[in-house]
Amino acid sequence: MDFLRPLTWEDALAAKAEHPDAVPIQGGTDVMVEMNFDVHRPPALLDLNPVRELTEWDGVDGRLRIGAGVPYVRLIEELGDRLPGLAQASRTVGSPQIRNRGTVGGNLGAASPAGDSHPPLVAGDAVIEVESAARGTRMIPATEFYTGVKRNALEPDELIRAFWTDPAPGPQYFSKIGTRNAMVIAVCSFAIALNPETRRVGTGVGSAAPTPRRATAAEDFLSAELDWENRGPLSVSAAQRFAELVKEAASPIDDVRGTADYRKHALSVMARRTLTWAWNDYRGAVPGTGEGKEAS
Amino acid sequence: MATPVKAPGHVAAPGKGGVGDSPLRPDGTLKVAGEFAYASDLWMDGMLWGATLRSPHARARILSIDISAALAHPGVHAVLTHEDVPGKKHYGLDLTEDQPVLAIGEVRHQGEPIALVAADHPETARRAMEKIAIEWEVLEPVTDPRKVIADPEKYKVQRLGGITRHQPVRVGDVDAARERAEVVVSGEYEVGIQDQAFLGPEAGLAAPSEDGGLDMYVSTQWMHWDLKQIAPCLGLPEDRIHMTMAGVGGAFGGREDLSMQIHAGMLALHTGKPVKMSYNRYESFFGHVHRHPAQMRYEYGATRDGRIVYADVEIILDGGAYTSSTLNVTGNAASLGVGPYVIPNIRIDAYGVYTNNPPCGAMRGFGAVQACFAYESMMDKLAEACGITPVQVRQRNAISQGDKLATGQIVDAPAPLAEMLARAEAMPLPPPADQSDIRNLPGGASQTTHGEGVVRGVGYGVGLKNICFSEGFDDYSTARVRLEVIGGEPTALVHTAAAEVGQGLVTLKAQIARTELGVQKVTIAPADNQVGSAGSSSASRQSYMTGGAVKAACEAVRAELFRLAGWRLGREFDDLSLVGGKVVSRSEGVLASIEEILGDKVIEETREFHHHPTQRMHPVTGQGNSHTQLGLCVHRAVVDVDVELGLVKVVELAAVQDVGKIMNLLSLEGQIHGGTAQGLGLAVMEEIVVTNGLVRNPSFTDYLIPTILDMPPMRLDILENPDPKAPYGLRGAGEPPTLSSTPAVVAAIRDATGKALTRVPVRPEHIVS
Repeated sequence: MDFLRPLTWEDALAAKAEHPDAVPIQGGTDVMVEMNFDVHRPPALLDLNPVRELTEWDGVDGRLRIGAGVPYVRLIEELGDRLPGLAQASRTVGSPQIRNRGTVGGNLGAASPAGDSHPPLVAGDAVIEVESAARGTRMIPATEFYTGVKRNALEPDELIRAFWTDPAPGPQYFSKIGTRNAMVIAVCSFAIALNPETRRVGTGVGSAAPTPRRATAAEDFLSAELDWENRGPLSVSAAQRFAELVKEAASPIDDVRGTADYRKHALSVMARRTLTWAWNDYRGAVPGTGEGKEAS
Repeated sequence: MATPVKAPGHVAAPGKGGVGDSPLRPDGTLKVAGEFAYASDLWMDGMLWGATLRSPHARARILSIDISAALAHPGVHAVLTHEDVPGKKHYGLDLTEDQPVLAIGEVRHQGEPIALVAADHPETARRAMEKIAIEWEVLEPVTDPRKVIADPEKYKVQRLGGITRHQPVRVGDVDAARERAEVVVSGEYEVGIQDQAFLGPEAGLAAPSEDGGLDMYVSTQWMHWDLKQIAPCLGLPEDRIHMTMAGVGGAFGGREDLSMQIHAGMLALHTGKPVKMSYNRYESFFGHVHRHPAQMRYEYGATRDGRIVYADVEIILDGGAYTSSTLNVTGNAASLGVGPYVIPNIRIDAYGVYTNNPPCGAMRGFGAVQACFAYESMMDKLAEACGITPVQVRQRNAISQGDKLATGQIVDAPAPLAEMLARAEAMPLPPPADQSDIRNLPGGASQTTHGEGVVRGVGYGVGLKNICFSEGFDDYSTARVRLEVIGGEPTALVHTAAAEVGQGLVTLKAQIARTELGVQKVTIAPADNQVGSAGSSSASRQSYMTGGAVKAACEAVRAELFRLAGWRLGREFDDLSLVGGKVVSRSEGVLASIEEILGDKVIEETREFHHHPTQRMHPVTGQGNSHTQLGLCVHRAVVDVDVELGLVKVVELAAVQDVGKIMNLLSLEGQIHGGTAQGLGLAVMEEIVVTNGLVRNPSFTDYLIPTILDMPPMRLDILENPDPKAPYGLRGAGEPPTLSSTPAVVAAIRDATGKALTRVPVRPEHIVS
């Protein structure tokens, strides 16, 4: 097996162009596990760790551009206030050791339907920046990035450089079911993001379909239903309808981690609860500042 | 022959503590720092790596095996099949010898070893292994143990086939008692397959020795019993195989059966080179037996005030394709099938059966765990039917010293169960969870609730476990103790073959030597077969058995030292003791230091320690004094359940255990914590999921064991009512907590949810359905 170790992004793109079979590796928390279990024997590994720019993030014209190599622990510590949904999801990834090494870039590359970062990326309208030496940069919305179980929209010569997302314009929550209270792969997961500026609700459903997906009908229903203007209370029937629509958006399977029926049920409960938390936060927030305050 | 790198050496026991103190473990810091040498760390220059080709099928005929492509693979030194086994082709525990060293024409479970490869690199060995071509005829596996019991001849998966053991227990007249019963409750219960999930996968090294035999460095629970199985298969006399215990990374019963021992030996003999084998986590799930899954039917009759008048019980344990420990596991399920309760009329039928499901054998609790989940669930059911509390129903039926067990055996040591229950109930309950931190709630950091749907529940569980080997086995341990002056200081060397599997025996042996010999410096020799058998590190028996043997050997050394003192001092004394390195006469005070008496003499004594004899269970009535000692533990579990999502947070586990004598509080607490955690795992998450004989989750990604966020703080109340027959009055302590924590946690979940929950592990979908 070849081990490619470019020092710059340009060299990384060149290496990927020359070795399209090479598997990029950053934290190794997924790639190495699969190799240990002999799931893959890639002809080459492309180590992106020396490419330091991948571990940086920056604000660009009011948006956040976050390098593919920023580990979860830094998303939690450095961006938890601006991206609370993603930070909460990051907090559920593995153990402290895994969060020190694992990255959103790796999650995107693996494109497992159970990846924890996917639902908040989808709910928050994130866009994935990918690049090849031959054709330059492509900006792919998260919703279009996942193409199947463990498949994504990358071409063989492309690498993930960063993802783009807005600082949370409103409350965000992430919730995940596991049969253990830590270090567990999602049985199913759900993310919600309220955008008071556009008066839209974003959702992300994880581990309940071949790919992470939005619950579009639930979003449309709720965006129209919520009393954005007066921050009025959330009706029980609206919350239930939203939960029902989220459930209908999922197409889970029975597997060793849980049954399809349980996944659907759990998604509806998580949808209702996270919506309640988010709307209560919004109702309690001081208008215009975006500061969250506990609803009484 | 050279010694491998990372082979164990002599260990200076840290601290100064004797019996009752808590000196630190010599391996503790090393393990925490990642520096302890496990069997997987063994290394010899020029060694080869062995790999094992295993069956992908639960049951299939092997029509042909073609090894030529594998043998031609560059770097490969050997490819072996059953035709290359030098001696006996079968081995097995309890003299059953029904397990092929390598499959012969047929495989009977997924993961059964078929062929071995030795190569100069582990990856080379694996790649060559894939080139072994096998022509299969896949057969329908036998997976339903009830079908086997109904027609054992039809569903015979191997020569012994059918029912491994049917052990009845018959006391009184159940049918007559049924007529009189005022309250009848019944239930069907199921226990899934639990895995030992030790953290150090199977590994070891075999090297050709100068005498034409083998030096074997293995990670096992009982090297002498290993040797009895290894030697005939390798065609070597036992005295040509030199066994040394390599660093063991946990066992819990999973190392009682052989794994790579014979295989590495075959490759080393064949190639003339040292061969190391080291399983990865995936292979480990197929490399050892698991806890028997169980299907159980219980019916209890009682008086209206909750006194049990009869028990009618059927227990079915699925042992998989080979016998392993199933004979004794079934015996335990039968003799302990109704637990620590006095019941005048009993009918128990316990069955162990052969199927093509994953092979099962020894695991902490050994047949008593499965029954405990059922009988404790029944006690709660009975309490509810009689309108009394779970503690009351248990107290009304509790055994105490002088009572009879189901086997007719009289409990001859203290067994204050009613008092233990009262103590558990009297402990203060934990406060409501601090909901401001989601880690305190069900779901933890996954944030499934901020308090919505969370209901608290409380439950109790009681477990009764036999300690040491039962049913007439002549169980013994051997210890050699040497006392000499080294560097001006009297030093004891303790040598046994007992396996330190993490339980802390290494610490305890030094404590006993300090107490018995009055010295501070103690060295522990590596376990090997240059000293007699210590028996297995199983059945919570090593403190009792090897502790007893070390004590006996120390007493012999002491007697010899006193004889020497009499000779040196020119007269006899009959009131000597050893205290603080001095020979002390009760009447005359300090006579001399140990080093003055010893001079350059070396005193070395070897002793065997046997526990009192036991009897076999009667094959028809199950009666007999079959157990050496009995251990009791009571648990109270407090849980918070998210009843809408079915997620559980165990808030607190309180335990009351009678250990006879606290030998080392730190180690003891570790054993109770660990046993409790393993029981919690069985209650809510640990299961090898099997479909049609095939394992669906052979990894720590999907075989879940409790983390620190799942295992709550514990409140312990440890009693010391001595057992007069046991060394220091001690009672084996490692297993009883594993029994009682499972039913306590499930009872607490039932209390919170009102669900019947008749199967463990409880899954979220059981709670929300």
